[in-house]
Amino acid sequence: MPAAESYPDDLRYHPEHDWARVDGDEATLGITWFAQDSLGELVHYEAPEAGSTVTKDSSYGEVESVKAVSDIVAPLSGEVLEANAKVVGAPETVNDDPYGEGWLIRIRMSDSSELDALMDADAYRTHVAES
Amino acid sequence: MEATLLRTPIYERHVALGARMVPFAGYEMPVQYEGVIPEHKAVRTDAGAFDVSHMGEIHVDGPTAQEFLQAMLSNDVDRLADGEAQYTLLTNEAGGIIDDLIVYRLGHGQFYLVVNASNRTAVYGWLKEREPRGCEVRDASDEYGLVAVQGPRALARLGLPEAPAFTHAMSELDGIEVMVARTGYTGEDGVELCCAEDDSVALWDAIVERGVTPCGLGARDTLRLEVCYPLHGNDITPKTDAISAGLGWACALDTSFTGADMLRRIKDEGPTRRLVPFVMEERAVPRQGMTIEGGGEVTSGTHSPMLDQGIGLAYVPAASATPETQLGIDVRGKPRRARVVKKPIYRKER
Repeated sequence: MPAAESYPDDLRYHPEHDWARVDGDEATLGITWFAQDSLGELVHYEAPEAGSTVTKDSSYGEVESVKAVSDIVAPLSGEVLEANAKVVGAPETVNDDPYGEGWLIRIRMSDSSELDALMDADAYRTHVAES
Repeated sequence: MEATLLRTPIYERHVALGARMVPFAGYEMPVQYEGVIPEHKAVRTDAGAFDVSHMGEIHVDGPTAQEFLQAMLSNDVDRLADGEAQYTLLTNEAGGIIDDLIVYRLGHGQFYLVVNASNRTAVYGWLKEREPRGCEVRDASDEYGLVAVQGPRALARLGLPEAPAFTHAMSELDGIEVMVARTGYTGEDGVELCCAEDDSVALWDAIVERGVTPCGLGARDTLRLEVCYPLHGNDITPKTDAISAGLGWACALDTSFTGADMLRRIKDEGPTRRLVPFVMEERAVPRQGMTIEGGGEVTSGTHSPMLDQGIGLAYVPAASATPETQLGIDVRGKPRRARVVKKPIYRKER
């Protein structure tokens, strides 16, 4: 079942509809409820390799629905520790649980000061309302 | 450029059902309600309803109508009896496809064409310009509503009797007068129901109340592609010929129609490229315009909800058109493996 619209308070948000959950110097990244709803049911996740680097505001992979393909933009820079194999095998996991089982990559952050540029949930909700 | 989009008579119902509306062929059309995949599966397992009122309806009537259509359309109109219908092509002098359409014989000297929405003006203009004495071509698109109900349970859901494919008859559904045609664009059993424009909303409501799943253009595209029905504008155009497109079966080359000479020649010489169905051998979704190693181009691509893999149609050099030929498709700079298959890509287990 597709998830209901939500933007958890414990996450940080990028305007391109990506989220980050920070834990020490590591972060888990994914796309927001708004992003998955706009795309529709995902059928493909082109994931980055572990060990590769991602750069804030740049694309690190692609997600595809039946109708469209979309770049995934990194909200933070760092080294990829792991891509979510479950989503590679079952991309619809992102639609079912965008902030939980549907995470996309885990990274080791290279510059934690980048966090200051991200939005909190309230600011992101306002951003979505204006989208 | 700001163009005003048209709306079908059923527009308000789509919005009320929560459809995502997109521009298509000058109309604001539902692309999906609940989602492309559930709608697709509803049609494969039960029944789905598509508002196709944006399509064009053209009447061709008169004592010379049959002779005229025989000279304009690729298939053999003379084979049609009253109550029958036929898939056919409107071709230009080069054998290119102006549109693919269904011609219905309503009675002696009475024909009705259902044409693609985006080609309505072109088809009407082409025919009107060539209209002979004793024949009237009339664009009646705004007089009718058209709803396709498709799926293995479509007839049961509507309480309609079985009938052979490509036949039609006047009937009634919950008090609404409809022309029931045993045609469709999904590879499933089903009907296309044509009613007076004023009855469109009542017809749609009656169909939905009977438990038929509303479906959008998204599912319409994935359904037709799984069974390799070409989409005009993607797979076939005025610049592609019927033989290369694999539509020789819809061309009666023993009759005389515009472009027939050219098509006979292409058939005799063998086309240099062919439209073929393919499946991806790796996880990737092919898209229109992607190029193929060694020549060729994807004209339609999607993710098959039934096979859970990328599928598509592509023009490839004739030497690469045999089933099981391996293709390399450039997916945004990455080469991905695909394999030519036989039609249809998806076949129901019976």
